[in-house]
Amino acid sequence: MSDLRELYQQVILDHNKNPRNFHEMAGATRHVDGYNPLCGDHYTVFVRIDGDTIQDVSFTGNGCAISKASASVMSSTVKGKSKEEAGSLFDTFHQLVTGDASGLSAADLGRLAAFSGVSEFPARVKCATLAWHSLKSALEGNDEKVTTE
Amino acid sequence: MTSSSFIVHRSSFIDPYDVEKIRGDFPILQRTARGKHLVYLDNAATTQKPQQVIDRIVRYYTEENSNVHRGVHYLSEVATMHYENARGVVKRFLNARSEKEIVFTRGTTESINLVAQAWGRANVREGDEILISAIEHHSNIVPWQMLCEEKRANLRVIPVADNGELQIDEYERMLNPRVKLVAIGHASNALGTINPLERMIAAAHAAGALVLIDGAQGVPHLRVDVQELGCDFYAFSGHKVYGPTGVGVLYGREALLDAMPPWQGGGDMILSVSFEKTTWNALPYKFEAGTPNIAGVIGLATALDYVSAIGLDAINAYELDLQRYATQQLREIEGLRLIGTAREKAAVISFVLEGVHPHDIGTILDQEGIAVRTGHHCAQPLMMRFNVPATGRASFGIYNTREEADALVAGLHKVIEVFR
Repeated sequence: MSDLRELYQQVILDHNKNPRNFHEMAGATRHVDGYNPLCGDHYTVFVRIDGDTIQDVSFTGNGCAISKASASVMSSTVKGKSKEEAGSLFDTFHQLVTGDASGLSAADLGRLAAFSGVSEFPARVKCATLAWHSLKSALEGNDEKVTTE
Repeated sequence: MTSSSFIVHRSSFIDPYDVEKIRGDFPILQRTARGKHLVYLDNAATTQKPQQVIDRIVRYYTEENSNVHRGVHYLSEVATMHYENARGVVKRFLNARSEKEIVFTRGTTESINLVAQAWGRANVREGDEILISAIEHHSNIVPWQMLCEEKRANLRVIPVADNGELQIDEYERMLNPRVKLVAIGHASNALGTINPLERMIAAAHAAGALVLIDGAQGVPHLRVDVQELGCDFYAFSGHKVYGPTGVGVLYGREALLDAMPPWQGGGDMILSVSFEKTTWNALPYKFEAGTPNIAGVIGLATALDYVSAIGLDAINAYELDLQRYATQQLREIEGLRLIGTAREKAAVISFVLEGVHPHDIGTILDQEGIAVRTGHHCAQPLMMRFNVPATGRASFGIYNTREEADALVAGLHKVIEVFR
């Protein structure tokens, strides 16, 4: 049960049950579909960008607790950040869930730390990173669908 | 009644099905997973292998390995004899009329593609129809889509009722002279539904259509007699019936196979080759181009002998009891909904749990050592039909027990506990 509690931390369970920014966005600069064909997780991430600043982020769709909580935490973390800051958060998050968290401090991680347990579950890394990949694609100016495969 | 007569009376009713003896034949069931006793409930994906099959493959590579149908040397004769004996085992297992009707393939998927390509491309024309059902595995959808696209034929889908049974009245209305083939599963991998094949095959034949049965989920659970069924093609995989991966069978009626052009070209499928003209080999070799999976074929025959020794009727009765028990236990879990409640079902139980995504169920059960499948089960149109993104699926085999069904139920209570 300890590994499970590590994976399904309270923050994750909370964001799964009450996802933040969980709605479509009128006037979005871009939206990108993210799809994990392995388990059917499917989200659309909306961003409104003003110059270099991410003014707003939201998402719709459904999938497992890890993917939904990750999308929710991502949306509230990157809101108001610059594109560069969001890119760096993407890298931080990716390192965290793939088990390469040695160089990361608690300050770097903030709320993202709740996903530290994912690295013990390799099959779930794609769930955790799905919304982040969609965000990255949207920030890079793509409107295309991203998949984890 | 004396005590001795009581014992005699009772023993005549003791179930001869010895699940502990069967479990003892499967070494992998002794291992742990995530530090827990392994509870393997993913048999619809693949089954575990008994020691007899493992030993047979080892013996082949240790003592008999050689290419088949080629050499005049001793080992080639030995390998060829065992390879062809395996064909005889399959022929008897399916009650085919002749060994010429048994083609070895890589698996069900390749068997279906063989028919779609070799029979389909020669016989299906623009405007013709192929019927499949709403509960098919992708392997019995995509080959027909590819064929229909190429030939501008129409792929039509037999609808499914809410309980997971095909709507047979609707199917019978769909049959018409343009229908060239009906391709349906024996049993559904995602729902467990066993289709009423005899009625469906008779109706198709009355309308002048041929019938292919995807037997991947049929052969492990049900006695199959292709003559009694009257089907034209029957496909199955070795690894779903306790045999090795990478080997499968296509049964086809001899006259049909005989009239079909070959599919793949190469060695073994020819009589003579010149740069001007090649003459095809006789059945079934016409469809077995290249060196086959010899060890796999021999291992498959051992697996079929293994299940035949237990008896398919005994297996079916045991699994049915297990399925009913597990279904009853699962129904008592609050918030659990069964997907697929057909009256005739193989030992496959699909379910969703309110408020918990199947992927999370899979991870938490895995921590308990319980292997289930979660996802769309290679049946995405079916998931859409039932309006679920995915399901959890517990599928049972000859070695599973009521205690393992109980472990599944306890694991699901743990899932609920985590997500409460």
